[in-house]
Amino acid sequence: MKNSKILWLLGLVLVLSAFLAACGGGDDTDTGTENTDTEETEGAEGAEGNGGEPDSVQELNLLESAEIPSMDSSIAEDAVAFNILNNVNEGLFRLNEENIAEPALADGEPEISEDGLTYTFKLRDANWSDGTPVTANDFVYAWQRAIDPDTGSPYGPYMMAGTIKNATEVSEGDMEVSELGITAEDDKTLVVELERPTPYFMSLMAFGTFYPLNEEFVTEQGDNYASNSETILYNGPFTLTNWDGTGLTWTMEKNPEYWDAETVQLETINVDVVKETSTAVNLYQSGEKDRVGLSGEFAMQYAEDPEVVKELEPTLFYLKFNQERNGEETPLANENIRKAIATGFNKQDLVDVVLANGSLPANYLVPTEFTFNEAGEDFRDINGDMLPFNAEEAKTYWEQGLEEIGETEVTLELLGGDSELAGKMDAYLKEQLETNLEGLTVNLKAVPFGVRLELDEAQDYDMQNSGWGPDFQDPMTFIDLFVTGASHNLMSYSNEEFDNLVEQAKGELAQDAEARWEAMAQAEKILVEEDAAIAPIYQRGLMSLQKPYVNNIISHPFGGDYSYKWAYISGKE
Amino acid sequence: MARYIGKRLIYMFITLALIATFTFFLMKILPGSPIASADKLSPEQRAVVEARYGLDQPLPVQYFDYMFGLLRGDLGISINQFKGANVTDVILSRMGPSAQIGFQGMLLGTVLGILFGMVAALRQNTWVDYGSTIVAIIGISIPSFVFASMLQYWFGLKWDLFPVALWKDGFMSSVLPSIALAMFPLATAARFIRTEMIEVLGSDYITLAKAKGASGSEIAFKHAFRNALIPLITVLGPMAVSILTGSLVVEQIFAIPGIGEQFVKSIMVNDFSIIMGTTIFFSVFLIVVILIVDILYGVIDPRIRLSGGKN
Repeated sequence: MKNSKILWLLGLVLVLSAFLAACGGGDDTDTGTENTDTEETEGAEGAEGNGGEPDSVQELNLLESAEIPSMDSSIAEDAVAFNILNNVNEGLFRLNEENIAEPALADGEPEISEDGLTYTFKLRDANWSDGTPVTANDFVYAWQRAIDPDTGSPYGPYMMAGTIKNATEVSEGDMEVSELGITAEDDKTLVVELERPTPYFMSLMAFGTFYPLNEEFVTEQGDNYASNSETILYNGPFTLTNWDGTGLTWTMEKNPEYWDAETVQLETINVDVVKETSTAVNLYQSGEKDRVGLSGEFAMQYAEDPEVVKELEPTLFYLKFNQERNGEETPLANENIRKAIATGFNKQDLVDVVLANGSLPANYLVPTEFTFNEAGEDFRDINGDMLPFNAEEAKTYWEQGLEEIGETEVTLELLGGDSELAGKMDAYLKEQLETNLEGLTVNLKAVPFGVRLELDEAQDYDMQNSGWGPDFQDPMTFIDLFVTGASHNLMSYSNEEFDNLVEQAKGELAQDAEARWEAMAQAEKILVEEDAAIAPIYQRGLMSLQKPYVNNIISHPFGGDYSYKWAYISGKE
Repeated sequence: MARYIGKRLIYMFITLALIATFTFFLMKILPGSPIASADKLSPEQRAVVEARYGLDQPLPVQYFDYMFGLLRGDLGISINQFKGANVTDVILSRMGPSAQIGFQGMLLGTVLGILFGMVAALRQNTWVDYGSTIVAIIGISIPSFVFASMLQYWFGLKWDLFPVALWKDGFMSSVLPSIALAMFPLATAARFIRTEMIEVLGSDYITLAKAKGASGSEIAFKHAFRNALIPLITVLGPMAVSILTGSLVVEQIFAIPGIGEQFVKSIMVNDFSIIMGTTIFFSVFLIVVILIVDILYGVIDPRIRLSGGKN
């Protein structure tokens, strides 16, 4: 009996050591991987591609992190679909290699009426993948379909309401779809009427929701339209093949009918959905895949790898300060309290240590490298940094604020997401704020996204870690979130001067580009610096590994994330 | 027998109706909206999209609509995972790979497990016994994501024996995921068989068989093994269902287009019709397997009578 007990113990020890060995194996894994890396990249000219002559085999192998929920451009509302749509279809305009909207199916710039409300587009000669020509009616049909309440499109009303004439009324069923501000004068002439002058209208035309649809084909397919890659017509640089509608794999092939087919060099793009980052990295290391996005700990692990490519996304994260909860003013209604919190945490350390994925500390609302004026200057250059981290100043604001509200101690709830990264970040914010602001207690509340939306809508929180990505290429997509009563405000922030500036930028200044930018810049300054209505935290970065033989994948700030139209393989053989 | 099965089928129908009802209402309590871009839309815009999927109807109406649809075999259409796709088609297209690796894993695990368990019992308290016990403990205690990742790294990436991941090379693609899935049934079967065999081997009728002069292998297989199988079958049935219906972890790590990871995602994104459809599908599967297990009892041990008494 005693003997067998000892043997049991021995067994246990063995099992435990198997675990330890497994962990040790994990470490070896990492070093091993790095070694292979260096071997592979010897002689290459860095991660951004080597820029050499194109190979004879033009095949790109990519990964995607989720399935395609829908390839119907009226119904699509997610990043995967918009990315593919951007590569297999095309609208009036397309974002070019410099991320400027340039004419695509439109034959040159449109004619714009004096009041900026009527755009007349001439269409170039272009074909669908079955050889039929793309006509003005294809646009009329697609737009009407996207706004028709029977279609149930989320992005149709979202993108068109308030911009395209009568879009709001049509989407709510108060008007016929035919009254939407779009008409085909003839096969090659398209007239669009707007609700108000929209300076960023061309960039909207590059967005998937505004792509044309071949009426005859779509009606013929009925419910089957876009249910797999065979039941879609394409008019972009590539066509989609091998997609069964629910699968984890699809292919994009060069579209011979595309009007600019001679620019397109890639013949085939093979895409597989892999949701596990470690698996994706293994497929990259085995040479099966040419590019892999790095998340979490993988970004940290490969940060110094020569094959890393860094991108800055125009997605901004910030703390929302709720000034009124359950009908009562919160301590955050006090401006000095808000300023103290906004300046009371170290953003540089946050992005370097906690996030470590190439993100930038943000002392602004409108992201950097996102919008440019006609001279090519970044909107960001006007206002510069606002309320950067300063522990001393934060302390001064804090003491002043506490005095004004007559308290010595304040407890605030910080509402955030339930992902591992969100948890780490919120814990860091709590620690920073409680250290720098004496008498402050921060209670963390981590909830799933759906719950956070509900609490946001009920305005039932004190501070909230929130984020926003743009839907068109203009500072307004961020700034008008916070006007009084806006559906994203939900924190009882209201400043008449701010509201007026936004109103002006949308109305009378809409046709005066310079004055309009000035007004938006001023509005941003009021929101972030003077009122500290929100506290910007960081602008998200993205790290990927990319084989050195991959060249010229262009990443975009909105709409489809990438363009493969200009990409090519060089030096793989 | 026919009467017994008929009675069971009626119970099965009632059980299913209850499961569908509970799932329906529990699901509706889930926070959040099935509209992916809900945070961007105004309440009016959201209402339009919800109306498209009948979500604007009062809950009882939605419930009866769904249940009547179910009677007609209509599981509805996906709201956001595969917008507009028929739920039945989604399940069918995702079931194949899950069933294949599940079946292979189950078969491999159970056969090896029974073998390990028997050898351990026959060579009780020797190094063979301890060895198989250790394998069993490791199989149960190492989380499958660790084991699957290790298989992928060594057998896929380093030694290049099998594909790293993806569902493209037929049987070869299914080898590593099947092995990963086999660990749990292997450990379970080994433990059960060992315990039962030891107990059976000590019973009177084995002593009798030995006294009669039956050979060692005859005793082991004909007398001991058959009796040791009963408790294993009890756990094997439900375990088979859980493995055949897909493992979130293994499917994700090997990027297999299976139903397990897709089911979990449908819950995360509130795709009501997919949640319902998959739950009902799994329930039918489980209930049928339990019925089969009950019938199998009678086959293995004639002393267990299904219809009770009369025979």
